[in-house]
Amino acid sequence: MKALTRQVLFAVGLPAVLLGLWWAASDASTDPFWPPLRTILRTFPSVWTGERLRSDVVPSVLRLAAGYVLAGLAGVGLGTLIGSRRGVRAFCEPVLEFLRAVPPPVLVPVIMLFAGIGDTMKIVVIASGCVWPVLLNTVEGVRAVDSVMLETARSYHIGGVGRLRHLVLPSASPQIVAGLRQALSIGIILMVISEMFAANNGIGFTVVQFQRSFAIPDMWTGILLLGLLGFLLSVAFHFAERRVLGWYHGLRASTRRS
Amino acid sequence: MLDIRGLRKTYQGSGRQVEAVRDLTFTVKAGELVCLVGPSGCGKTTLLKCMGGLLSPTSGEVLLDGVPVTGPPPGMAIVFQEYGRSLFPWMRVAENVELPLKEKGTPKAKRRELVTDALRSVGLPDAADAYPWQLSGGMQQRVAIARALAYEPQVLLMDEPFAAVDAQTRADLEDLVRLLWQERGITVLFVTHDIDEAVYLGERVVVLSASPTVVQDELYIDLPDERDQLHTRVSPRFTELRTHVYEQIQAAKRAARADASALSAAPDGDGRPAG
Repeated sequence: MKALTRQVLFAVGLPAVLLGLWWAASDASTDPFWPPLRTILRTFPSVWTGERLRSDVVPSVLRLAAGYVLAGLAGVGLGTLIGSRRGVRAFCEPVLEFLRAVPPPVLVPVIMLFAGIGDTMKIVVIASGCVWPVLLNTVEGVRAVDSVMLETARSYHIGGVGRLRHLVLPSASPQIVAGLRQALSIGIILMVISEMFAANNGIGFTVVQFQRSFAIPDMWTGILLLGLLGFLLSVAFHFAERRVLGWYHGLRASTRRS
Repeated sequence: MLDIRGLRKTYQGSGRQVEAVRDLTFTVKAGELVCLVGPSGCGKTTLLKCMGGLLSPTSGEVLLDGVPVTGPPPGMAIVFQEYGRSLFPWMRVAENVELPLKEKGTPKAKRRELVTDALRSVGLPDAADAYPWQLSGGMQQRVAIARALAYEPQVLLMDEPFAAVDAQTRADLEDLVRLLWQERGITVLFVTHDIDEAVYLGERVVVLSASPTVVQDELYIDLPDERDQLHTRVSPRFTELRTHVYEQIQAAKRAARADASALSAAPDGDGRPAG
């Protein structure tokens, strides 16, 4: 119980201090671009609840989810294919390295040309940025499957789908999850950027609208909301990971002990 | 049952050819427990992989019941030395044991029965829900043995299975292997570099030479069927047999050194100076 209390104190300590500093430093501010935190926090509920939650926050999050899931499926699927065949790997690797090096935001204007400015464009942008860490990590994970485990599977006639499902994917799952974690933060960035280019709803769109209409405290609330969203998603990710990779953390802890 | 005929395996490694196994011919009869013993690095694992259908020999053949082995044969199970890398850490013990049966298409009720029985046979009836990494090394190897047993093989290949466990655990596991062999009538081929282990376990010991490997000697172990760690290992006959095997292995090493210095072209290989 004491340990838990301490853990909670540690977790909220620094954010509390930073918010306190912000509060104190901005409290007397009369600069219109730098409103007091008090004002921002007071504005927050009226801006982001009710109508705007439905019309801007939910569409943003849904597009993020769609792009992310798409990237996850494509990344794991292609990564498994590339990782398990040496020929395919040698053939694809230079191209992959090139494509990965292209910053995804620069694709927004290009993707707009053929996907328009609707949801499809934004989902494609998010997916095209998220797919790389998943893909490359999956390739590495699939490639690194232990040779003794592979021989075990062969000698027990575990092949095809069974081999994929019971050996290759679980064995690569720590790397796949690492890739998914990187992809999540990239996804949030691209969600905002894609909405800043051309959109009629979404969190990114709303923040830009506030800035253009000099609703400065409202703009600041948008930034707080994005931070909060990112934080909540990463907490959710952490719990999902603990569940899926419980074996991996246990295994690592047991090798450290011995 | 298991016929190895003129088996030869060479590896093509970075510009030079390495002959791991030169010419091996021997037979394992149904229901026999045969130990293969040889100096370290003599190609025991290569040989075992050829027998298990995991490697194809350069020439010669392996016959199981008269049928040439070209891939892993259905009636064969392998217990690897590296239990930690052979069991799947993301599956619980029972799932590990069950997986090959699932892939084989064994019905669910039968699977459950086989898994429970196998775990009981290796002395781990309560470990079904544990993860392998929660168990000690010896227990993990027991799980690997249980997985092999549940598979109901005719032939069980064991590749230095106890090389990585401590001496006391090892003695227990040796007795377990003998017990299971007697109970189940499986043909067991046990590869080891430990001379005492080979003599203690085997009905027959095949002594391999240093690499490139040939059969150096074969001998029948005429110890009583009921063996135990305490009495068997101090019996005069045991000592005679182990001395004999030891001499054969020394002779094999000497021959390899003579061979190497005669060629004087291969400074590595197994020709380390005696010390």
